[in-house]
Amino acid sequence: MTESVILGIVVFTLATFLGFELIQRVPPTLHTPLMSGSNAISGITIVGALIIAGGDFGWISQAIGFAAVVLAMINVVGGYSVTDRMLRMFRKDSESS
Amino acid sequence: MPAGLASLIYLVSAALFIMGIKRLQSPDTARNGNLMSGLGMLIAIVVTLLDQQIVSFHVIIAGVIVGGGLGFWMARSVKMTSMPQMVALLNGFGGGASLLVAGAEFLKAGMFGEPLAIDTNITIQLGTLIGSVTLTGSFIAFLKLQELMSGKPLTFPLQKTFNALVFLAIAVLAVYQVVVPGHQAEIYYAMVGLSLLLGVLLVIPIGGADMPVVIALLNSYSGIAAAMTGFVIDNQVLIVAGALVGSSGLILANIMCKAMNRSLANVLFGAFGGDSAGGSTKSAEGLSVNEVSVEDAALRLAYARLVIIVPGYGLAVAQAQHAVRELADLIRKNGGEVKYAIHPVAGRMPGHMNVLLAEANVPYDQLVEMDDINPQFPRADVALVIGANDVVNPAAHNDPSSPIYGMPIIEVENAQSTIVMKRSMNPGFAGIQNELFYHQKTSMLFGDAKASLSALVGEIKSL
Repeated sequence: MTESVILGIVVFTLATFLGFELIQRVPPTLHTPLMSGSNAISGITIVGALIIAGGDFGWISQAIGFAAVVLAMINVVGGYSVTDRMLRMFRKDSESS
Repeated sequence: MPAGLASLIYLVSAALFIMGIKRLQSPDTARNGNLMSGLGMLIAIVVTLLDQQIVSFHVIIAGVIVGGGLGFWMARSVKMTSMPQMVALLNGFGGGASLLVAGAEFLKAGMFGEPLAIDTNITIQLGTLIGSVTLTGSFIAFLKLQELMSGKPLTFPLQKTFNALVFLAIAVLAVYQVVVPGHQAEIYYAMVGLSLLLGVLLVIPIGGADMPVVIALLNSYSGIAAAMTGFVIDNQVLIVAGALVGSSGLILANIMCKAMNRSLANVLFGAFGGDSAGGSTKSAEGLSVNEVSVEDAALRLAYARLVIIVPGYGLAVAQAQHAVRELADLIRKNGGEVKYAIHPVAGRMPGHMNVLLAEANVPYDQLVEMDDINPQFPRADVALVIGANDVVNPAAHNDPSSPIYGMPIIEVENAQSTIVMKRSMNPGFAGIQNELFYHQKTSMLFGDAKASLSALVGEIKSL
């Protein structure tokens, strides 16, 4: 195994532990926005999609790249905006009219 | 841009994702946290575009416009009740994108005739498998949630054996691809096809009521698929972000399972909620229910000191969230206190009911979790159950033969009195009789939830 894979495994493991710690503290009232928001984060695969779509490897690769960018962008833009839409609705008692 | 600098900027993105999730610990900071996370994503996208690997921008611009536009339109137009479907679709798209990236990397290596390094090859196979399962599994979950497909578990003889064989075939093909030198595109395609099939097979036997667990789990998969893509293209930010999402989905799936007193294995392979699971344990014959008129119910609510409202998904189906808020406002104006008791599976996904009530302007500090509200029932004058059934069924505590025995419930039976708003005496989701309805402290208010609530509001106003 190359060094970068080892490093990747280390990073993956530590980030998983961090994820467990962080997410266990999210209150149940925010679980739906947590889900859509973390969904948007998994759209990070857009980075790979951009590299494929922007590379010069022939039309097949560009077609795949285009589809990947479309899917990942739906994931990113849709995920963040719908999460924002939900979080805007949450308000405290004192703020009520 | 030097490669080292790009890596450091990706690190900023990863840090923003982490800080964004941390800010989800309170509704006060959550919106800001989501924006931070979005900023992290934007930074990652910009750095990638500025990096030397991009030579042409036409395809990218087209893809960003189409995908971004579609995503924005979906986010704006989706109804809050349809949020589970939306999340299912988004999961699927994320998984699909990861699958495409892994596939493109595989084809690219073949085109240049370069043998793939073993570890890259392994991660491509894994990314392909997980991405495919996420894509088709999410699509089936979407169809079931949208009721374009029956919510009943779809089973056939030797299903588990068949699924296991499909999985085994995928494993064999993947291992062959990695171990045997050369670049066999046909084998790769076969593996993609089987993985897509596996996603379908894994979700069809799961009942509609268990979809919340499934989408949480698929959420986790979409994260892991993204992390695998990170290994494939050797990019740490994908690995960090993917791992965060992977753990998030797993925790949520676990919480939902606990709330239903079932194991994850039982949800995934148990085919719960079919015709076979319907056996009602206690016959309702010979028992009578107390019906209450709108006038009497209004009177009791108007003079109550503490009313605990227990909303179920029936409330959302009747679109009665605004009506219930209006009723709660009136009770509070009369000097009573109102709280909402939220069961973890009250909606169609974790935290769904909270979002639905927030949309109706119910302040989030009136929404109380199950464990915190249960001790308060003895001092509640009225517990108002609206469109909820199984989550308030005392059989979960006292009837070991009940299918829901052991499930944590909202302990409505401890309230001074209970008013249950229900369309009819039909049993709920799991097809189980509810003895709460026959209890002498319980009064039933039959009818459409929205109409009944409006009638109650009118009645209290005229008192």
